[in-house]
Amino acid sequence: MSLLEEDTGRKQIAQRRRMDFILHILFVICTSIGVLALMALMVDIIMDGIMRFAPDLFTNYPSRRASQAGMKSAIVGSLYMLLIMAPLSFILGVGAAIFLEEYAKKNRLTRLIQLNISTLAGVPSIVYGILGLTLFVRGLALERSLLSGALTMTLLVLPIIIVSAQEAIRAVPKARRDASFALGATKWQTVSRSVMPSALPGVLTGVILALSRAIGETAPLVMIGGLTYVAFLPESILDSFTVMPIQIYNWISRPNEAFHELAAAGIIVLLIMLLLMNFAAILLRNKYQKNV
Amino acid sequence: MQTLIEIKKLNLFYTAFHALKNVSLEIPEKAITAFIGPSGCGKSTLLRTLNRMNDMIPGTRIEGTIAIGGTDIYSNEVDVETLRKKVGMVFQQPNPFPKSIYDNIAYGPRLHGIRSRQQLDEIVENSLKASVLWDEVKDHLKRSAFSLSGGQQQRLCIARALAVNPDILLMDEATSALDPISTLKIEELAQELKDRYTIVMVTHNMHQAARVSNQTVFFLNGEVVEYADTEKLFSNPSDQRTEDYISGRFG
Repeated sequence: MSLLEEDTGRKQIAQRRRMDFILHILFVICTSIGVLALMALMVDIIMDGIMRFAPDLFTNYPSRRASQAGMKSAIVGSLYMLLIMAPLSFILGVGAAIFLEEYAKKNRLTRLIQLNISTLAGVPSIVYGILGLTLFVRGLALERSLLSGALTMTLLVLPIIIVSAQEAIRAVPKARRDASFALGATKWQTVSRSVMPSALPGVLTGVILALSRAIGETAPLVMIGGLTYVAFLPESILDSFTVMPIQIYNWISRPNEAFHELAAAGIIVLLIMLLLMNFAAILLRNKYQKNV
Repeated sequence: MQTLIEIKKLNLFYTAFHALKNVSLEIPEKAITAFIGPSGCGKSTLLRTLNRMNDMIPGTRIEGTIAIGGTDIYSNEVDVETLRKKVGMVFQQPNPFPKSIYDNIAYGPRLHGIRSRQQLDEIVENSLKASVLWDEVKDHLKRSAFSLSGGQQQRLCIARALAVNPDILLMDEATSALDPISTLKIEELAQELKDRYTIVMVTHNMHQAARVSNQTVFFLNGEVVEYADTEKLFSNPSDQRTEDYISGRFG
């Protein structure tokens, strides 16, 4: 039997190869559609907004006159909010994840909690706005303040952080826990010295991605009353505030064409900020992975 | 030889499964005792009762007693952390932490409150010397433990277990993931360590038991079939099932 003479076999292989090629092209097309749509969006926004992407945008407060308007208060508001919610959501989210993965008994109650957390991660953000309005703005009488906003946003990102932190913790091999326990470590010693150092890159990535989602959220803050015209910087956490997406939303809904350009410039700022955060996530992950 | 570990009428259940049946054994100190038997015979389970690693598996239930040096290790007065400090364990797969060689060894002593750099340096050096790894790694203790070969990693794990100064060393098929040369090194190491430590090893490999151990216990279906001096068990077994197993008729 010669390798070259199996005629029927060759025909069949040619057919399989053709199929391979067609599918290859198909997958390239699938990818291209997403990438092209994104590129079109970016180009469109940059064309519209690049003229207004200037120092004025960062140093001026919003104004009735498009030529003088900037988003200083919105940028600072977003940053402040991030500063408040980052440590809060990190501590609460990672703490809950550690409890669920390492301490909680794997019984029906835990599974029920788990199911609820996963569901909460998919609840529309406006619902969190309503919750924040009832709980923080009215219930705790925090008014329409930076703190109310940050707390609401913390609730919004908590389920996402918990789920991603749990996944990172679960991915730590059991052998590392065994090694630690076998040396006489307590639960907390094992978690803090063996499990968390291994899980940290994944946990941090999840936290940063969740925070970058919060930076772009508008709906819950509209609900709890982030203002659209703020001509001052918040001086305490109980001051009223605005954030970038609200400012952008406000500008884009005005009839004046000049404000649309401002909105596009605002979107560029927001995109750069998201890009920086994702970049930070990658850097953090790489830094910690080197220690492994 | 003096008995160090005394197991009396031990029964162990995983929920409904009866994994160890009425096991009674006396394990002498400063010697190597090997547990052999086919997969699922309970040898690893018994090993893991000695440092209570089975506690962490939900649904495990134990009857009977295990005494180490006269103390019942399942009594309420015994802290499981102290027990595990005294009864070290080496696992089937080398499982170093993703840390430097130094920090791997120092992990245990640090758990138990040793902070002084000088003391830690000393422990690291002595443990690595005891596991015959010192000469290979002394110049790069800061390097990741993952930079070592599999056999070196396993010796690192042995050094890590020795660093908390145990009396007993449990080896759970510690060479089954290693190549023959690394395996030989671990076996030689076990021979050296038995002067200072009581070693209990589970092995899949009968020849290994015959080569290294002083006593051998043969398990089948959760029961001890035969317990004798290694030489006797392999040359002149008193139970037919032992003979069938060591002559390769099953398992």
